[in-house]
Amino acid sequence: MCGIAGLIHRGATGDVGREMTAMLQSMKHRGPDSTGYALYGKPHGQELVVRFKLAEGAEMSQGFDIHRQVKERRDEVDRRLAELGATILAAEAATEYAFRYRIAFEGDRRRLANYVEDVDGAEILSMGLGLELIKDLGDAAQVAGQYHLKGFVGTHALGHTRMATESDVDIRSAHPYWAYPFADVAVVHNGQLTNYWNGRRALERRGHRFVSNCDSELIAVYLADRMAQGAKLKDAMTDSIAELDGVFTYLVATSDSLGMAKDVMAAKPMVLYESDRFIALASEEVAIRSIFPHEIDTFDPYEGDVRVWQS
Amino acid sequence: MALMTKASDSGMHTEQLAGRTQQRFFRPEEEARFTYPHAFEVDFARRAEIDAADLEPTQINLKLRELMGQGHGTIVLKNPGAKHGIAVGILNRLNLEIQGSLGYFGCGLIDGPNIRITGRVGWSCAENMMAGTVVIEKNAGSTFGAAMRGGDLVCKGDVGARVGIDMKGGTILIGGRAGAFCGFMMQRGRMVILGDAGKNLGDSMYDGTIYVGGSIAGLGVDAVPGEITDVEADWLERKLKLYGLAAPNGVRKLQKIVAGRQLWNYDNLEPAEKKLIL
Repeated sequence: MCGIAGLIHRGATGDVGREMTAMLQSMKHRGPDSTGYALYGKPHGQELVVRFKLAEGAEMSQGFDIHRQVKERRDEVDRRLAELGATILAAEAATEYAFRYRIAFEGDRRRLANYVEDVDGAEILSMGLGLELIKDLGDAAQVAGQYHLKGFVGTHALGHTRMATESDVDIRSAHPYWAYPFADVAVVHNGQLTNYWNGRRALERRGHRFVSNCDSELIAVYLADRMAQGAKLKDAMTDSIAELDGVFTYLVATSDSLGMAKDVMAAKPMVLYESDRFIALASEEVAIRSIFPHEIDTFDPYEGDVRVWQS
Repeated sequence: MALMTKASDSGMHTEQLAGRTQQRFFRPEEEARFTYPHAFEVDFARRAEIDAADLEPTQINLKLRELMGQGHGTIVLKNPGAKHGIAVGILNRLNLEIQGSLGYFGCGLIDGPNIRITGRVGWSCAENMMAGTVVIEKNAGSTFGAAMRGGDLVCKGDVGARVGIDMKGGTILIGGRAGAFCGFMMQRGRMVILGDAGKNLGDSMYDGTIYVGGSIAGLGVDAVPGEITDVEADWLERKLKLYGLAAPNGVRKLQKIVAGRQLWNYDNLEPAEKKLIL
């Protein structure tokens, strides 16, 4: 089942960390396995924010050597960043195994991502000017507390509460997915894709990499591929309705926009609140009510619907 | 018999049942056999309010039952907060006003109450409704009135997909548009969509009637156009007026959709039975 949510402040910033936490926590019953956020803060020039992990949380309590291994992996990441010409402006350890770096880098981002991910256990969760992608096991309150998200101010956000059905309960299989190697593009999904393996093989032949066996990752990579060929976000999403097989509703965010797409069967739920200043979407209205306790008008988008809003 | 003829004329049920299938009708003298536990005698003049802001769905439903058990026949429920499964399993007369919106499975399995909801409802509102009325002032989610058997279910705004899926009776009225697969495997009853209808309307419907005021994106398998009779037109006029609705160009301009009956398999023999005979 899984719950997805999105919000965007139009022409303004807001307390998106707190708002998304409230939305996701109210949908905890849709998926208690893991929770993820794609939060869009204010960019600082061309500085890149890189969120990455060097181990799964569960690994940290196993084995005798994991702490030393993570330290060595981090040293190696730092070395490889420097080797490719990236300057680390700030480095934070969000947890023992997840890190947030601000870097200055003007080179090839795909090469940078590939080189860092070549380090054993390393996975780049996101790389962008405004995007910060955080995901971990547990509900929204746990993850928000662990990563100090409630004070996060930004323009828009995506969120996901996961009930694992087709892949493992781990950070790798949690949503959102970054649309590697596109900076600032992230996807959350509710549903099942039945042509996942065919789609994955086709995209891998085109040089894309997958970090998990989760069908939802296909959407992020598919959109990245279409945009790499010059398609606009909305056009890529419209194409996805015909090319992705299965039942799905997904949300995608870029540096300045938020979009939603629903399959032709309308088999997965989505409730939408739309005003001049604010857009909120969620699998259940109870999530929208968690940030709008007063009476508002909401509705269900229809089958095959694709919508994109600008911040 | 006259009543049955009128019902058939207005499209309530048209199938000719034969063989092992039998039509059974409730008789007044059998009333005692059809009483429910947790069905209360209530007085409409006795009014109560519930503030649901800090209550869980189970607590809200238990509070409703408690008030009905005390004889309250008019209840106002405030701040429902789109919570799920509210006002379900009410099996007696009741005037219930819900001030706000409901989440999933609101008003399901009801038999008799009159419910008005000032906000929106989520998926599967009034699923398996047996009798009474449910009126939603705003929009509704998908699978609205799924497997409904009786009563009037009204949404004055837009509704999602699969309205009246597996519907077995009663009436669904929609003031706005509706999504795909409405009336899927519908078996009886009537559905009126005053706005546009999505694709695959009436797919695999066995019986019942669908009326559409706007455009139809596409008919489903075995759904075909029909002709509106005078009895139906009269019924539509009165029914819509009852809830403050009106067909955009008059009831005579509504498109009527019925089963083509090419998929009927009533009273077919089971494979094992066929072997015995053949």
